Amino acid sequence: MIAMRPLVLLSPTAILGYGFPVTSLERGLSFGPDAIAVDAGSSDPGPFYLGSGKSFVPRKAVKRDLGFLLRSARALRAPLLIGSAGGSGARPHLDWCREILLETAVEEGLSFRLAVIAADVSKQYLDDALRQGRVKPLGPAPELTAETIQGSTGLVAQMGVVPLIEALDGGAEVVLAGRCYDPAVFAALPIRSGYPAGLALHLGKILECAAIAATPGSGSDCMIGILEADRFLVEPAGLERRATTASVAAHTLYEKSNPYLLPGPGGSLDLRETTFEQVSARRVAVAGTRYCSDDSCSVKVEGAQPAGYRVVSIAGARDPSFISGLDAILDGVRERTRDNFRDEREQYTLIFHIYGRDGVMGSQEPHPAPGQEIGIVMEAVADSREMAEAVLGFARSTLLHFGYPGRLCTAGNLAFPYSPSDFPAGEAYQFSVHHLVAMKSPTELFPVVFEEVRA
Amino acid sequence: MSEDARETAKPLNVKPLLEIASVVRTKNAGPYELTIDIIFRDREIYERVKAAESLNATLIARLYGVPQQDILEALYFDPACAFKATMKRPLPCGQIGETDIYGAQQHAPLLDLFVSF
Repeated sequence: MIAMRPLVLLSPTAILGYGFPVTSLERGLSFGPDAIAVDAGSSDPGPFYLGSGKSFVPRKAVKRDLGFLLRSARALRAPLLIGSAGGSGARPHLDWCREILLETAVEEGLSFRLAVIAADVSKQYLDDALRQGRVKPLGPAPELTAETIQGSTGLVAQMGVVPLIEALDGGAEVVLAGRCYDPAVFAALPIRSGYPAGLALHLGKILECAAIAATPGSGSDCMIGILEADRFLVEPAGLERRATTASVAAHTLYEKSNPYLLPGPGGSLDLRETTFEQVSARRVAVAGTRYCSDDSCSVKVEGAQPAGYRVVSIAGARDPSFISGLDAILDGVRERTRDNFRDEREQYTLIFHIYGRDGVMGSQEPHPAPGQEIGIVMEAVADSREMAEAVLGFARSTLLHFGYPGRLCTAGNLAFPYSPSDFPAGEAYQFSVHHLVAMKSPTELFPVVFEEVRA
Repeated sequence: MSEDARETAKPLNVKPLLEIASVVRTKNAGPYELTIDIIFRDREIYERVKAAESLNATLIARLYGVPQQDILEALYFDPACAFKATMKRPLPCGQIGETDIYGAQQHAPLLDLFVSF
């Protein structure tokens, strides 16, 4: 390989909208980054956001970060890449983020060539892929069915670096991508410039969580990556943080099933020969990570579907005999509720979470002994809001006045912190698709659309 | 037992996990899996725990009350002095009945553990 100058990448924050100190951003910019990249998404906050088309980060927080990043990138003449726009990276999230971006450009008087890359998968496409045997479950996910595809409201595929490189080749100065493999926004420019894919993607894996891989860790502070021909360096921008071999190696484990082999679009990262070296007090060098292309052109497809309407009520209980008899009392309330609505055709689910006993771990709690008081979160889920409200209201009032052996507190069993006692939680969603789909070409799902943004 | 015998027998140490680990955490690894990370304070102790295979899939299955086939990975990761186990989630993330969307508070069964090394 010909001698390559080091390529510098700046990751301002773990998720667009999580923020960063301005002093850290300025220190990061002083390294002269060749690109600023930020991951905006995750499936971690659960299925609601993908299914409903809503962002899990507030608009004002995203706009604050975008203002700084857009100004910085344009001043440096370096590309700004944003992955998994709007959190889940489906069309409504992408449009939401694009609107904030354009609004910011107008307010800041900035002009640039923008590439927008959608990541939506049509039901027709997925149905065809299913019938052609091109779909398989990822890990413990169930087999996909045509019925599940039809019932899903958000379907996205995770793009790799190929569409992002297409955007950079087309002269994009800002790339706004829908659902994206987290490291791809960091690795696209280096891979396009000829750096080894294994090192570029492993660096992306670390940078996508910004300073979480430093010590003390932070999801709202900047991280700098410097890629050389045969290794990369990482260093947090905030001077009170350090990258250590322990903090960087530990991050390699984070949220992964197996840290040695990390599958992604188009291939896997192989960390079996990776070395971590402390090269200065705040900087770690990483080498030896390899990339194994799998030639299958497979992408991860994610989907969510509505699971009913949810209503929630919160109460506490302090009476010792109520707490010690709770399981029998709740069985009694479930039975009364079943009997009360036995003529209704609509199904419902009624759940009691008992905080102070096993509310966090359920049946896996090793010490399910309640304290002197417990918190009860009641939830009812049904197809219609009316049914969910009726079931929850009945169960709540039945529990409040339920008689049990040895009852002293005959005025009521529950302490409610709020009036109203019941809260509509809206549509509930569940993940419906978590599958690998073999594409016919790596770009067929990810159309790159260019536009000239003029302030 | 003589001094000599005591030295040659090299009995295994047994210590609470919390005394020898600096990180004990759980987190989702995608919506269908939960992963456990245990990072040791000291490389020497880590190497001895690894050699003794004190942490393994059978132990994790027993602590969480799940069949062993639900433990999808159980391995040691030398660069981080870490043991990692990944299991099938009892419910996919966010399914009706969920108690921990991020899976970040499922480490309690590990807190009482004594480890021999």
